[in-house]
Amino acid sequence: MPKQPLLQFTGKSIYCTVADAHIDPWIPVERAIITHAHSDHARWGSRHYLAHKDSEPILRLRLGPDISLQTVEYGEKFTINGVTFSLHPAGHIIGSAQVRVEHKGEVWVASGDYKLEDDHFAKPFEPVKCNVFITESTFGLPIYKWQPQQEIFSEIDNWWAQNRAEGKASVLMGYSLGKMQRILRNIALQDNVIYAHGAIYTLNERLRQAGFDLPELTLVTRETDRKLFRGALVLAPPSVDGSTWIKKFAPYSLGYCSGWMALRGAKNRRAVDQGFVLSDHVDWPDLNRAVRESDAEKVYVTHGYTSIFSRWLNENGIEAGEVNTMYGNEDEGEEEETVQDLAAGQDAYQEHKHILDEDNGNANETDNGL
Amino acid sequence: MKQFATLFMNLDRTNKTNAKVELLKNYFLEAPDPDKLWALTLFTGRRPSFKVNRTQVKEWAAEEAGIPMWLFQESYHSVGDLGETISLVLPRATSGGSDKSLTEWFHYLGMLPGMNDEEKRWHIIQAWQQLSQHETFVFNKLLMGSFRIGVSQTLVVRALAEATDTDANVIAHRVMGQWDPGDTTFEQLILDKGENDNASRPYPFFLAYPIEGDVAGLGDAADWFVEWKWDGIRSQIIYRNKELFIWTRGEELSTEKFPELHFLSGVLPDGTVLDGEIVTYANGKPMPFNVLQTRIGRKNLSKKVLEEAPVAFLAYDMLEANGVDLRGLTQEQRRAQLEALHLNTSDQLIFNLSPLIGFNEWDELRTLHSLSREYNAEGFMIKRKSGTYQVGRKKGDWWKWKIDPLSVDAVLIYAQKGSGRRAELFTDYTFAVWGEDGKLVPFAKAYSGLTDAEIGQVDYFIKRNVLEKFGPVRTVKPELVFEIGFEGINESSRHKSGIAVRFPRILRWRKDKKAEEADSLASLKEILNNYK
Repeated sequence: MPKQPLLQFTGKSIYCTVADAHIDPWIPVERAIITHAHSDHARWGSRHYLAHKDSEPILRLRLGPDISLQTVEYGEKFTINGVTFSLHPAGHIIGSAQVRVEHKGEVWVASGDYKLEDDHFAKPFEPVKCNVFITESTFGLPIYKWQPQQEIFSEIDNWWAQNRAEGKASVLMGYSLGKMQRILRNIALQDNVIYAHGAIYTLNERLRQAGFDLPELTLVTRETDRKLFRGALVLAPPSVDGSTWIKKFAPYSLGYCSGWMALRGAKNRRAVDQGFVLSDHVDWPDLNRAVRESDAEKVYVTHGYTSIFSRWLNENGIEAGEVNTMYGNEDEGEEEETVQDLAAGQDAYQEHKHILDEDNGNANETDNGL
Repeated sequence: MKQFATLFMNLDRTNKTNAKVELLKNYFLEAPDPDKLWALTLFTGRRPSFKVNRTQVKEWAAEEAGIPMWLFQESYHSVGDLGETISLVLPRATSGGSDKSLTEWFHYLGMLPGMNDEEKRWHIIQAWQQLSQHETFVFNKLLMGSFRIGVSQTLVVRALAEATDTDANVIAHRVMGQWDPGDTTFEQLILDKGENDNASRPYPFFLAYPIEGDVAGLGDAADWFVEWKWDGIRSQIIYRNKELFIWTRGEELSTEKFPELHFLSGVLPDGTVLDGEIVTYANGKPMPFNVLQTRIGRKNLSKKVLEEAPVAFLAYDMLEANGVDLRGLTQEQRRAQLEALHLNTSDQLIFNLSPLIGFNEWDELRTLHSLSREYNAEGFMIKRKSGTYQVGRKKGDWWKWKIDPLSVDAVLIYAQKGSGRRAELFTDYTFAVWGEDGKLVPFAKAYSGLTDAEIGQVDYFIKRNVLEKFGPVRTVKPELVFEIGFEGINESSRHKSGIAVRFPRILRWRKDKKAEEADSLASLKEILNNYK
């Protein structure tokens, strides 16, 4: 019998047959190992979840307080059906992990989303040696080369200072989970009151309750006196662009933090006053470095510039293949723009219920402690 | 260069007209005079050529970046702009940018034409190594003569007028025509208050707005002239100092392209400027635009082309007589002078008048308007008799009343990412209609016509319904139907459909229609037959 690969791309997850466990499944399954809490990786409806302990507050917030969730530390080993799993820091957002899977001397690593630069909030990325490395390629083109983050944070500091001098609010958009915590930990806040949109405020409160060192934010409500916004920093998710919500801050300058801001076209399309090139994904040089440092003989390239990056690796002597997944969706923006509410989750469930039912029919009934 | 690159980036970032004018004005106040002149050269669409080969520049950039050509091309598809792609793939300069001025960089570039390939390569790489990413981007645009920016000449003129405290119409006139930053100065060009000796200089064109609402809303019909809106090339013919100049609206000096009109130098009095339309003309009437197209862009006008596509000039305005600017006179007065001039010319067909259409009530025009295509016109121009000749697109005195475009419902089958503002979004579409064999036949590419929100939705659909990839092109599941409008239609042996449409654009998204309900090639051919 030909040997089955340790991890397979089944069209609904990255699946380990021997352990009967799914990594970041996009339909409800029995056992889901979650790399991180962004909605394109942590989806609603699975029976049992396993994730790093720092992901817990967000997962319970987004997927429901009563989900069956087991958490582990980085490096902690656990075994399912003779397959050894462990999670290792991915540096993408708080609690993000690469999943190391070992069976009969063979090691695979599914890295989820990751970046190499230490953002002073998420535990920094650690290379994990493996035989097969599964990597994202969101910014897998040589045009993407990030500046050192300190330069970007200075740009944000200066932009805010200038707006303050002109009596304008500084409305800064970025993804609520990841980008905003990174910003709060790195820009010069001094003792200013920082205003936040509900999406960001909720996450921030949740993380603060869980003991993370983040500053207190002030929620923007209908009653907040508009005069207070003059010169203030207001944090908002990208979805507020063009909404009525944003109008109350006038006069304001609009900033947007995203890796896509590296391109003039993307920047102009967003019609923001200031684009800050800041991403929680690896740029081209770091992507190549991560692949090198994994020592992998074989690389699978998931979401992003999959065909391009795998061709590049193949030409450089690293066997690589591209894999279609539901992660990423071409735009970094969409990872958090997806509707989070339960109703949407229910629809997805109804749509995939028959697949799940078929799955359950064949599934191994024993629960290996996920 | 720093100053200019910063100006460019700031202009690029804002959509607000006033902010753009302010940025430009500050630049014109602060930059050194030679730099101002070069900036003005660029902002008025004059792009000096340095005789570099784009393919070579790409190769040198890929080499410097340490990537293979295919990867460079993929990057280019993603960015949508060659100069920007190069600036992004090159290793980042460690220095803080260049202290050389814009003028110094132009002199640096000016050395290129005399160099051999190896010297050119070295010269260009040297520049890349000292420039920051933004500066490299601007440098590349200058290098390849592809500098473009979303600032209209009107805004540049406004900024310059404010910065120099001069009337905007005077500035608009001064920056037009033929001038070369190599043999004039900012002082001479812009600040010279005296008579300028630039005989070739055209006047800024007065442009019409599309009519708003019904034509009857314009009030008393007796206050207006109505003419055909010709489908030709808007041009100014200038005869000064015994020399003839023909300028087209794109501000191109095209005198040599229209030898049929050269006889005018023996006909027009010195100091004459006419405004009108160059059309192909035979048997006393204009021919369709596609006939004119056969000679546009040709370097050599063969005898055959001249025989098959002869041109005429349909004059409708007179801007200068005996060296005196007439633009302050009324439309009626200018028309009278034009008609008097025409009366005294020998060849009244090749130098023709765009006739006025007689009418008493607006309603009388409606039937004739619907027949515009038979006259090879695009509708009517409506001009206020008491109006002066203004600068640029102004509302009030000149209106265009165009005919409805031809249209069919077609299926989106291929998509490609856009460029510039729309890089990363699928915005370039190819549309198909049903052929006799029940297969979709592509017939038109169209870019514009959707709102940003619709583009987002279509992009979302495309990204989830890709069937195949061919380089940058995606074959898309044939599902979305759009109404495609076009201005003209002709037989074509070069197209699979056997048909070529002119100016195709998306009129609306037919969400109510399924792909099967789209039109067929037969219906396109019917339009073709009616249109002939």
